Amino acid sequence: MTSRSYQRGFRMALPFLLPSLAGMLLFSVIPIVVAIFLGFTEWNGLSKINLTSGFFPMIVDQWVGLKNYGQILGDKEFWRVLGNTGYYIVLYVPSILIASTIVAMILNSGRKMIGLYRILYYIPVLTSWVAGALIWKWVLSPDLGAMNNILSLIGIHGPAWLQDKTWAMPGIVLASIWKDAGFFGLILLGGLQGIDPTYSEAAGIDGANRLQKLFRITIPLLTPVLFFILVITLINSFQLFPQVMIMTTDAGPNGATQSMVERIYKYAFKYFKMGYASSFAWLLFLIIFFFTSIQMKMQDKWVNYDA
Amino acid sequence: MRSRSKGFLSSVAYHLFSSFLAVAVMVPFFWMVITSLKDKGAMLTVPVQWIPTHPNLLSFDKVIHLFRFDTALLNSGIVSVLATAVTILSAAMAAYGFAKIEFRGREGLFRIYLATMMIPFQVVLIPLFLVMKELGLINSFVGLIIPSVFNAFAIFMLRQQMMTIPNDFIDAAVLDGAGQYRVFRLIILPLTAPTLITLGVITFMGTWNDYLWPLVMLSDRKKMTLPLVLNVLNGQYTSDYNVLMAGALISMAPILLLYLIAQKYFKAGLQVGGIKG
Repeated sequence: MTSRSYQRGFRMALPFLLPSLAGMLLFSVIPIVVAIFLGFTEWNGLSKINLTSGFFPMIVDQWVGLKNYGQILGDKEFWRVLGNTGYYIVLYVPSILIASTIVAMILNSGRKMIGLYRILYYIPVLTSWVAGALIWKWVLSPDLGAMNNILSLIGIHGPAWLQDKTWAMPGIVLASIWKDAGFFGLILLGGLQGIDPTYSEAAGIDGANRLQKLFRITIPLLTPVLFFILVITLINSFQLFPQVMIMTTDAGPNGATQSMVERIYKYAFKYFKMGYASSFAWLLFLIIFFFTSIQMKMQDKWVNYDA
Repeated sequence: MRSRSKGFLSSVAYHLFSSFLAVAVMVPFFWMVITSLKDKGAMLTVPVQWIPTHPNLLSFDKVIHLFRFDTALLNSGIVSVLATAVTILSAAMAAYGFAKIEFRGREGLFRIYLATMMIPFQVVLIPLFLVMKELGLINSFVGLIIPSVFNAFAIFMLRQQMMTIPNDFIDAAVLDGAGQYRVFRLIILPLTAPTLITLGVITFMGTWNDYLWPLVMLSDRKKMTLPLVLNVLNGQYTSDYNVLMAGALISMAPILLLYLIAQKYFKAGLQVGGIKG
């Protein structure tokens, strides 16, 4: 790529950039700017506005400053929702890391039947969340569902899952692991296959056993991929939505499965508190931004890019 | 990790473990299928009938006639195909502009494109809905699809790919008298075909399974895509799980078939998408 291209000049690039540029302005930049303003208003979504001419008068008319943000942060509901999300993350993130590592190692073993396993493990990923959540809602049905009937075969009396304040979120976590393990497993598999086999061969000659190889070589060399998965799963966790909407009516007993996006959707499109919902969405952004930045900072401590 | 020290015991343990996992993954699907074949009475019996004693297709009948799954299937197909085409075409054009045409402010503009990826969709959702309302596109496929014209992730991925194409290829074609559109069509697109296919599959599946954006945009039953029809079904037949499972099964079938057919491309595609994206 040393030679300079013959193709130069914005006028030459413009026809190629035009569709995405228009799309970016109309569907990304303008909405972001509008969202900033909306977050400072208590617009109810019902009064008709004209984005082109009537937008700023509406903003001025409905302006409440930081009131929405104060109200959200002062509401017990917000902290409950954060707590629910935390509960989900604590259960889901470690489980998905372990589950996808297992999937990747099975698929990387070079044995027979891998082709079949690969398809089977991947089917939940292909299923839409709506269909998957419907299935799990029925699997977790307290008396008639598959889960508790299977558990009773080994003598365990299962909980009421989605109808129980404590067990509703673990139920959603189970469905999420089932849905996502194949996806992250295949990503990790790509990472595994990128590891130079000479490392573990050398360790084998030096007398390392299988577990030592796993924890001293394979996993350290996988940390870049694990880091990627950790960042993505954490972002996804904060955006928990379809599971909650489909599996739990009214977000579970005592709001036990309420999530941030579920709240945003309901405030905006059920209660028509567009301003309040916009503030809520910006808080979601700040939280995601905060945790992603921390992870980026922390990566020096444990992610190994030497391979 | 290609140690071939397969003792008989470790082999047995491996197969036990991996097949247990496969069964665990498949149980919910098995549960869906058997439930869809039961009538309501059989569904409510305790102990559970793991093999339905009188399997029948009544729930499918009900779901298809009451809910016009054929229309929803068609809607999902149209929306997914068009959204994929729009995404790929627009992203490939933009990526070419950024990768192979030099102009002032190129890096800055590209950075703005990338920066939009940081804002979660939920923030943009409400204003985007307002924009669509303003344009009179609520309840229309155009409104559902048109935001695909800007997909920063796809542009980023394709640009990375196109940067690796040597400029000499392009310069040679230009010297031979090819215009930039010919260069784009005859050199760039064929050379990035694998990435285009990968992105196509990812976009198609994402659109096919999409929930939040259609939920906000579509309220007209006749326009609804499969996940939305299932959503309505879930609201109306809350406890008729045989009907719900029949609906879930119908909604899954096309994408599963597509996957089995396109398996080969898909495998390669996903890894590119996940790691090198």
